[in-house]
Amino acid sequence: MDMTLSAEDLTFRDEVRNFLDTEFDAEMQKHLRSAGGKGMVAWQKKLYAKGWVAPNWPEEHGGTGWTATQKYIWESERSLRGIPDVVPFGLVMVANVIMAFGTDEQKAYFLPRILQSEDWWCQGYSEPGSGSDLASLKTKAERDGDDYIINGAKIWTTYAQYADWIFCLVRTDNSGKKQEGITFILVDMKSEGIKVNPIIGIDNEHNLNEVEFNNVRVPAKNVVGEVGKGWTVAKALLAHERTGIAGVADIKRTMRLIKEAAAKEINGGQPLSNDPGFQQKMADIEVELMALEFTELRTLATMAAGGFPGPESSLLKIKGTELQQATQELRMELAAYYQGVLPTDMDPDVLGHEFGSDARRSFMYGRAATIYGGSNEVQKNIISKYVLGLE
Amino acid sequence: MNFDYTEEQQMVRDSIARFVQDDYDWDTRKAIVASEDGMSRQNWQTFAELGWLSIPFSEADGGFGGNIVDLSVVMEEMGKGLVVEPYFPTVVLFGGLVARAGDEAQRSSILERVIGGETLGAFAYVERQSRYALNDCKTSATATADGYVLNGEKVVVFNGENADTLAVLARTSGGQFDDDGLSLFLVDANADGVSKVCYPMMDAQRVANITFDNVKLSSDALLGAEGGAMPVVEDVIRESLVALAAEAVGIMGTLNTKTLEYTKTRQQFGVAIGSFQALQHRMVDTMMAFEQAKSLLFKALCEYKTDPASADTTIHALKILIDRNSKLIYGEAIQMHGGMGITDELDIGHYAKRLMMINATLGDGTFHRTKFIESTYAAA
Repeated sequence: MDMTLSAEDLTFRDEVRNFLDTEFDAEMQKHLRSAGGKGMVAWQKKLYAKGWVAPNWPEEHGGTGWTATQKYIWESERSLRGIPDVVPFGLVMVANVIMAFGTDEQKAYFLPRILQSEDWWCQGYSEPGSGSDLASLKTKAERDGDDYIINGAKIWTTYAQYADWIFCLVRTDNSGKKQEGITFILVDMKSEGIKVNPIIGIDNEHNLNEVEFNNVRVPAKNVVGEVGKGWTVAKALLAHERTGIAGVADIKRTMRLIKEAAAKEINGGQPLSNDPGFQQKMADIEVELMALEFTELRTLATMAAGGFPGPESSLLKIKGTELQQATQELRMELAAYYQGVLPTDMDPDVLGHEFGSDARRSFMYGRAATIYGGSNEVQKNIISKYVLGLE
Repeated sequence: MNFDYTEEQQMVRDSIARFVQDDYDWDTRKAIVASEDGMSRQNWQTFAELGWLSIPFSEADGGFGGNIVDLSVVMEEMGKGLVVEPYFPTVVLFGGLVARAGDEAQRSSILERVIGGETLGAFAYVERQSRYALNDCKTSATATADGYVLNGEKVVVFNGENADTLAVLARTSGGQFDDDGLSLFLVDANADGVSKVCYPMMDAQRVANITFDNVKLSSDALLGAEGGAMPVVEDVIRESLVALAAEAVGIMGTLNTKTLEYTKTRQQFGVAIGSFQALQHRMVDTMMAFEQAKSLLFKALCEYKTDPASADTTIHALKILIDRNSKLIYGEAIQMHGGMGITDELDIGHYAKRLMMINATLGDGTFHRTKFIESTYAAA
């Protein structure tokens, strides 16, 4: 039972701080804000150059080989500076699937390109009408010589408008149980017959899409894992997703922003940071957050020791997203009337406020967090079955 | 970074778990609770022989030299077994005060007896009006030519019924709410002028209201510096809060395990009630509540081990979270056990009552939230 940093850890922290302070400069910050989703590519390439883009990959494939403590230090320092985490679809999600289930050829081709952010990936799981019942998917892939012909549609596809590749679950067999006959396949977004239809979100932004497949021809060698075993592949991916999803460091940063802003929001001559009601709301969130940070650390420590994440990891997604939304809600409360401001680019001096629109966007976009990656209700089904053994 | 227990800690854990399993089954415990003393002195001797009573004391004082993690292991396991023998009042509170404030003579005479299981101690600090304010103290000790005279009353003294030696917090100077001017005294529970009214609490603790009527104390009854007790008391309370949190975590885990087991076997409408989604999601909530409390306990342990005072904010948070999460856990445990859950016969209610008393000891969630806010947002 020990959390003290060793001399090596402190040296590592200095190196991280030095790197982030030098490389995440004003130009990079501006670039990230203005270039939308693609702005991340430039940042990820810098991380790649340093060898730090994939903390969770094994070293043999280009991962960092960091200890749990080093990962914790990295996360803390990154979020402290408001630097977004890497886009997960390639570096976290599909990469893990390819490493676990891919052929040597797939590994040799895709992994280096993912590491170098050469390809932008998106996720083709959900379908119009399928919701959280993932296995009900209908997008069909039929064998035709060395290829599959795909027909159907995927929805809620984040950043499909930027994507070079999409990883999909498709139905290759209709005869058995609905979990059977599903196949995991990689599709080039430049393929003929793919159409991307934008969906404007509750946050008034374009992050989501519907992706249509009309007779899209995909080489059979793009199947990852066995044909018909896509459900197994997808489940393994969920386990990876589960462990990294709490985002404690980022929630901590939001709490810091709230505290700073609460000292400047004046109500009846008193800053909101002195308001007992508001203080209690902050305290209730912070207590839960302090606990969640250690729940995340416990998971990291278990994994670093080569173990499979225990029951404590399953609550990361649920508690993490709940706390995310709690902080977003508190930030809205803080902004009072300004929480409703629609334009995102107004001069604060003209508007009379600094973060109202930003709070609105985060709050609105944040609604998705308890829905995606398996809604929190589905997460509870999974935990009760696989962790508590209830059926 | 590691959250592992050492081999030695694992051995202590196993030995207490084995004791609970072999010698502390529910019927045995019931008989102990119903007995004259409400505790087993034979068990207490066993605790001494197995070295559990020596855990937090330094090797120089004849102890095991354990740290906060060692102590937490003991408390967690005792929580799981709902052990009623007065480990917390005697070893953690009373022993903690003597170990920190006592001079060499006091430490060697008293701690040896605590460790050997020969002394049962208590810390008398609560007064009728004081609730959780430690400094709200009307009990007075007036200096005389050769010592002090003690007057006043302490209430809900844990282990007050069985303790033979008391550590009494009394005012030697200052006003009713002053931090300064508080002193600790070692008082023989059978001394002239000491009288007590004993009663049981819902968690089977035997407590007492103790009155001190012109109790004559020699000058060597003073424990620590005259008027300077508060910092020592605060140190002991800090350790006690972590110890109680560990006990609470042990109990919460046990309640979840028992409830989960029950929902897998209890049949209603032809199926196990654990197959109902309405219950499954709530069982996930209680599992998360337990894991979160355990995580925050780990944080407190790590910080305390490095520097006890650095853990203060986390300890407030821990008390808040345990207050909140234990209510969820014992509430659901009772509810899911249905009619059986509200009987005295079943152990579930007894675990619940111990959690409720832990919450009410040394400040509840509301009290610690105020402290947390003071310490966290004071600068804002």
